[in-house]
Amino acid sequence: MKLTLKIWRQKNANAQGTFESHQVEADEHMSFLEMLDVLNEDLVSQKKEPVSFEHDCREGICGTCNLVIDGRPHGPNQGTTTCQLHMRHFKNGDTITIEPWRANAFPIIKDLVVDRTAFDRIIQSGGYVAVNTGQAQDGNAIPIEKDQSGEAFDAATCIGCGACVAACPNASAMLFVSAKVSHLDLLPQGKVESAKRVQQMVNQMDAEGFGNCTNTGACEADCPKEIQLTNIARLNRLYTSSMFSTSKKY
Amino acid sequence: MNWLTHFFTSSIGKKIIMSLTGLFLIIFLLVHLIGNLQLLYNDGGKAFNLYAKFMTTNPLIKLSSYLLYAGILLHAIQGMVLWSQNRKAKGRKYEVYNSTTTSFASRHMGWLGVIITAFLILHLVQFWAKMKFGTVDMITIDGMEVKDLYSVVLFTFKNPIYVVVYLISMLVIGNHLNHGFSSTFQSLGLNHKKYTPLIKKIGVAYSFIIPAAYAAIPLIMYFTK
Amino acid sequence: MIDLKSNVPEGELAEKWTKYRSTMNLVAPNNKRRIEVIVVGTGLAGAAAAATLGELGYQVKAFTFHDSPRRAHSIAAQGGINAAKNYQNDGDSIYRLFYDTIKGGDYRSREANVHRLAEVSRDIIDQCVAQGVPFAREYGGLLANRSFGGVQVSRTFYARGQTGQQLLIGAYQALARQINAGTVTMYNRHEMLDLVKIDGKARGIITRNLLTGEIEKHAAHCVVLGTGGYGNVFYLSTNAMNSNVTAAWRSVRRGALMANPCFTQIHPTCIPVSGEYQSKLTLMSESLRNDGRVWVPKKKEDAVAIQQRKKKGTDIPEEDRDYYLERRYPAFGNLVPRDVASRAAKVECDKGHGVSPTGLAVFLDFGAAIIRYGKSEANKTGVKNASHAKILELGEQVVEAKYGNLFEMYEKITGENPYKEPMKIYPAVHYTMGGLWVDYNLETNVSGLFALGEANFSDHGANRLGASALMQGLADGYFVIPYTIGQFLSKEIRTPMIDSNHEAFNEAAKSCKARIDKMFAINGNQSVESFHKRLGKIMWEYCGMARNAEGLNKGIKMIQELKAEYYSDVFVPGSNEEFNPELEKALRVADFLELGEVMMRDALNREESCGGHFREEYQTPEGEALRNDADFTYVAAWQWEEGQKEASLHKENLVFDNVELKTRSYK
Repeated sequence: MKLTLKIWRQKNANAQGTFESHQVEADEHMSFLEMLDVLNEDLVSQKKEPVSFEHDCREGICGTCNLVIDGRPHGPNQGTTTCQLHMRHFKNGDTITIEPWRANAFPIIKDLVVDRTAFDRIIQSGGYVAVNTGQAQDGNAIPIEKDQSGEAFDAATCIGCGACVAACPNASAMLFVSAKVSHLDLLPQGKVESAKRVQQMVNQMDAEGFGNCTNTGACEADCPKEIQLTNIARLNRLYTSSMFSTSKKY
Repeated sequence: MNWLTHFFTSSIGKKIIMSLTGLFLIIFLLVHLIGNLQLLYNDGGKAFNLYAKFMTTNPLIKLSSYLLYAGILLHAIQGMVLWSQNRKAKGRKYEVYNSTTTSFASRHMGWLGVIITAFLILHLVQFWAKMKFGTVDMITIDGMEVKDLYSVVLFTFKNPIYVVVYLISMLVIGNHLNHGFSSTFQSLGLNHKKYTPLIKKIGVAYSFIIPAAYAAIPLIMYFTK
Repeated sequence: MIDLKSNVPEGELAEKWTKYRSTMNLVAPNNKRRIEVIVVGTGLAGAAAAATLGELGYQVKAFTFHDSPRRAHSIAAQGGINAAKNYQNDGDSIYRLFYDTIKGGDYRSREANVHRLAEVSRDIIDQCVAQGVPFAREYGGLLANRSFGGVQVSRTFYARGQTGQQLLIGAYQALARQINAGTVTMYNRHEMLDLVKIDGKARGIITRNLLTGEIEKHAAHCVVLGTGGYGNVFYLSTNAMNSNVTAAWRSVRRGALMANPCFTQIHPTCIPVSGEYQSKLTLMSESLRNDGRVWVPKKKEDAVAIQQRKKKGTDIPEEDRDYYLERRYPAFGNLVPRDVASRAAKVECDKGHGVSPTGLAVFLDFGAAIIRYGKSEANKTGVKNASHAKILELGEQVVEAKYGNLFEMYEKITGENPYKEPMKIYPAVHYTMGGLWVDYNLETNVSGLFALGEANFSDHGANRLGASALMQGLADGYFVIPYTIGQFLSKEIRTPMIDSNHEAFNEAAKSCKARIDKMFAINGNQSVESFHKRLGKIMWEYCGMARNAEGLNKGIKMIQELKAEYYSDVFVPGSNEEFNPELEKALRVADFLELGEVMMRDALNREESCGGHFREEYQTPEGEALRNDADFTYVAAWQWEEGQKEASLHKENLVFDNVELKTRSYK
């Protein structure tokens, strides 16, 4: 199939970016990223600079790949990362627009590559259980109800790709933050520090310059791991109650 | 920073303000509607004018009206602040506009809010300011001297331009409510597997019925009175 | 010949670690604060080590080439993590886990290391649960287990099909906590390009800042590598695209030894290659072989028709199907270990019976399982005389409940519905058992240089059992290195902070710059990717599932020629002073080219068949692997220091005091 790609090119963080058009010959069995590999091989063979885009595991779990394809983070398929999207979902002659994640908290590094370390800093601010190696009791000491554990797992499947921020018209990071807060709050091991954690993580989220949630639901719709809005409600609840409780403020 | 200020200036605190004031306004809409439906009585405006008198003189109503002004202002100002912050946080918009995953209302709450504010100003100038500061003819009902607000309303709604303006405004309010109603609950953290679907349904019904009932007033008055 | 001392402590096998731990040298808390440790790589092993060393009070500097530690390829492990907890009361024990691992590794690993691994396996589970890893649970709220290939007990802990992800996130969060506490300084997007030695000790690294291209010098009292495996030398593997050998290989060029590099694990159930453009392969969990039957057409003309897409798998009648695993290994059938299953698939495809357009695939068929489950389900639910369609419907529901997410992934990638048509699978490179040679302390032959997880060679011998990679990575990171590093650092408490302006740092930085400049200076006509692809093909052809002396000799020559061509015709666009993924790849492929040659030499040297290493000259008349314990019960450690013309071999003899060496049989 013949495709026209309209790709965002930007030399570096400070440079002015622009769209560039390329033709590429793709096979329907290719993954989206393999199609870009073909383009890049072609560019290199012409001694031109290839398009920078990020990717690593190419099996939908590392969270590295991040392309906005025709206005949607990770493309049109539900619950699918960019690397798992295949060309059979496109038609011969299509024009595909490829853009980087757009959010001020994710500055562009080059072309389609953005800096997502804001997420790391949010986790560093409190997204963990404060337990040192070797301090743990036996793994079976605290039974955890199966469904409760399953709900924690659902939240914990977040791959930190940032599609929620990219999809959100406000560039809000609430889905990401709420997934971690929920994962740990739903387990007895994480419950202990819940109030402290939620305050510190929200403080950091706000400091990073993400926008405010207006409940559009765009994040949930484009999350490749289908993390749910109920987590954001839980975050709101936990944050509000922790701020109005007598516990220490951070 | 004081914890309360900290809370209300945090991203979540700001949402809580929006949702609490929003919830308050949602309730106000219902109360206001019940009163205004008296315009449709076939009594030459008697019930409505008595109601208007009561509303402007009762001290308890006065007190709550101040709350209402504060709520509207807070909701509008906070909304504008959030809108501008969010636009800044997003930066450049995507080349291809995606409208498949979110509702029209949720994406345009800001613009809808601006239109509602404009409508509100018009609405207040037309009735509230007239009642309070302007000249409204006095009539006597059951031996009581009252301002004849009913005639003012009737006069206004005999003008087709205003009828259309009000209809459009109700459409906008309906849209705003459509997202706002269920959003209020989500912001307050009231999301529940079992009850949220019900809240959403009520929200849709509310956002349809209330503006429709409001819209019925100018329509009926234009065509039948 | 370097004298490779394993430094295994004296005493009874089961007592060694406990006694050693209680008597080893310690570093007092006040001294720890004055000691710096560099950890390279932040996957399971690296992140666990950096976090734990930070908790202990060392000044840790952690490096990853990723944008975040959470991206490490440990995240992609699906199946689970083994631990000798015996929660299932099925007779598991530390000894049994130890024995299974030694046997599974075809008797080519070090007894004491493996026993220690089995001992600490239990602490790992406790630690991870405490961190909030949401392992699968039973209705009673206690931890669930499942069984995995090559063992007879249920000892695998899992978190759906995403165990690696959950464990890595646990380690990542522990690391994040230490970064927040200031004990660990994190360097994202930094790639290690060289090891710096001062007076024979590892004292730092040279890194390239991947955003700016800056060559940076980082000093510390010692260096810990948790940089993963080198499966990407084959170009196509289940490894992540950016997984590479550079950190380990640069250490080899500075004197560390590469042990058993030819021991590569080829996983039998991967989605086959669909075309030349393919960049990586995707694994389908081993658990599928519990219900899927592996077959190819008996008649070659049927296979050809399928290859030409004239026929489908479902068109082949039962009597014309060759269920070759069930035929050759009646006792284990479709559940033979990974190496055996992989080789058998290759044999059938080499005979021309492969079932994909490339001829390189076999069927993994769930048809029989669907009917079996469907009938049983119909009986259970009281459906009498169920129609064939009903049985299929019920059966598919059962299969979906068991493997739904895998089937979905298969369909996403191939566009074929595996409920209706048999899956196509083919073996692919998955894990490398070989790695940097380390002693019992996980210290390489370079003093002060440690290697953890897949980056070292120590625990899996010639073949790794399922669900053991996660176990080893976390064991090394959480529970081994925090102790054993003290053996080295306790002698360093008087050493002041290492100065990164030392001559050795400047020399190393200069040589890195020179290597980068050289890459740009070639300014040839071929892309890095194209060389990598060609290297992969050579490796797969001559050092893949089956090897022989003739092919290996040929392969070595081809790699040398490819290397020469690389250095005369590769093209690297852009410049050093920017974000430049092509340059990153160019430096990595340069190292793969050298590693590939050493792997071939190692495979050539090991004149026996064991585990993942199958030499065609050494097989039984039935085509099974033939080990040679008399001559090859040793670790082959290769030295290829800068200035050395070619790699030279050193040996560490493996001593088995506790287990008897037996032939593995799955007939």
